[in-house]
Amino acid sequence: MKGMTLIVKKTTQLIGGMIFMYGIYVIVHGHLTPGGGFAGGVIIAGSLILVTLAYGGDFMKLIKEEAGTTIIESLATIMVILIATSGFLFGTKIFFNNFLPKGVVGHLISAGVLPLYNVFIGTEVAASIFIIFLSLVIFKEESTQ
Amino acid sequence: MIAYIMCFILFFVGLYGVITRRNLIKIAVSLSIMEISTFLFFALLGYIDGGVAPIVDPADPIKVYVDPLPQALVLTAIVIGLATTAMLMAVIIRLYRKYGTFDIREIKNLRG
Amino acid sequence: MELAISVITGFMILGALYAIHAKDLLSSVIACGIVGYSLVICFLLLKAPDLAIVQIVVDTITLIIMVAVVHDSSRNESYSKLDTQGYISAATIILLIMLLLYFFAVSIKSLDVLGTSSLRMAKYYIEGAAPKSGSANLVTGVVFDFRGYDTMGEAVVLVTAVLGVLTILRIKGKK
Repeated sequence: MKGMTLIVKKTTQLIGGMIFMYGIYVIVHGHLTPGGGFAGGVIIAGSLILVTLAYGGDFMKLIKEEAGTTIIESLATIMVILIATSGFLFGTKIFFNNFLPKGVVGHLISAGVLPLYNVFIGTEVAASIFIIFLSLVIFKEESTQ
Repeated sequence: MIAYIMCFILFFVGLYGVITRRNLIKIAVSLSIMEISTFLFFALLGYIDGGVAPIVDPADPIKVYVDPLPQALVLTAIVIGLATTAMLMAVIIRLYRKYGTFDIREIKNLRG
Repeated sequence: MELAISVITGFMILGALYAIHAKDLLSSVIACGIVGYSLVICFLLLKAPDLAIVQIVVDTITLIIMVAVVHDSSRNESYSKLDTQGYISAATIILLIMLLLYFFAVSIKSLDVLGTSSLRMAKYYIEGAAPKSGSANLVTGVVFDFRGYDTMGEAVVLVTAVLGVLTILRIKGKK
C-alpha cells in the first residue's frame, strides 16, 4: 500500500517512537498509576498502526509481519495461563495465587505477581489489535492486485 | 436520577437504529451506541460524592475512594467491544465485495 | 455533578440521532466517533482515569476501521418509501420500547440518588484491595487478583475474535 505525504512521514518519524515508549511506561507502572495492562496494550497497538499507515509497505513484508505477530500473541496467552496455574505450587493451592512477596505499597517492585500479569496481557492485547488491522490491509491489497 | 433516565434514552435510540435501519453501516453504528450507553450506566453506579480516583497514596492514606468494582468490569468490556465491532466490519467487507451493496433487503432478494 | 453528566448525555443523544438519520455514510461514522469521545469526558468527571485512557484509544481505532470500510464504496444511503416491512419494523420497535419502559421504571425506584450510597461489597473491596494484593492502584488489584477469571476470559475472547477475523478475510486457499 502507498504511504502518505512527506509531512506525515516526518511527523511520524519524530513521535512514533515516543508513543511506543509511553505505552511501555503505562504497562510497567500499572500497579502505581492509572493504566495497567489493557491501556498500555492499546497504546502500543496505536503506535504500530500509525507507523504502518504513514509509511506503507509492500505485500510480502506485511505478510511476514502478520505471521510473526500471531506467534507473539499465542506465546503471551500461554504465558498468562502458565502464571495463573503456577499458583498451585506455592502456599495455598488455589488458581490465581499471588505468591511472590508483596513488599511495600507504592514501591516499583511490589504487589507480587501483578507486574508480570500486566506485561503479558499488554503484549497480547497489542498483538491482537495489530493482527486485526493487518489482515484488513492485506485483504484490500490482495483483492486489488 | 435524571442521569439514569438519559442513559436509558440513549439505549433506546440505539435499539431503534438496529431494528429500523436497512443499511449495514447504520446497524453497526447503532450497536456501538448501545454499548456506549451500557458503559456509562455502569460507571454511574459506582460514583460516590466527594470521592477521589481509586489510587492509594501512601502519604495520606484515609480518604473516600470511588468504588473500583464497576470500573474493573467496564475496563474489560471496552476492549471486547472493539473486537466485536472489528469482526462485524470484516463480515460487512465480505458482503460488499460479493453483492455490491450495503442494503440488507437487496442482499436478501439476490441470494447468490 | 448530575447536571453536568445530564447535559453531556443530552449532547450524546443528539449526536446519536444524527448518526442514525444522516444521508451520507461518512458523516454517520464520524458522528459515532464523536459520541465515543464525549464518553471520555463523562469518565473523567466520574473519577475513572483508567477507563478514559482505554476508551479514547479504542474509539480512535474503531473510527479508523469504519472509515476504511466506508471509503471505497458508494457513500450514500439509498432512501426508499415505507412499505409493509417498514410498518412491521415500526410496530416492533414501539412494542419493545413500551415493554422495556415498564421494566426500567420498576428498577429505577430501587436506585438511590446519584452518589449517595454505594454497592454492598464496596467497603470490603476498598479496604482490602491495597493490603491483600499489594498494589497502589485499586482497579488493577481488583482486575488481576480478586477477579482473575474475568481477565482470563477476556484474553480468550480476544484470541477467538482474531481467529474469526483471520478466517473470514482469506481469499486464496491452499493449492
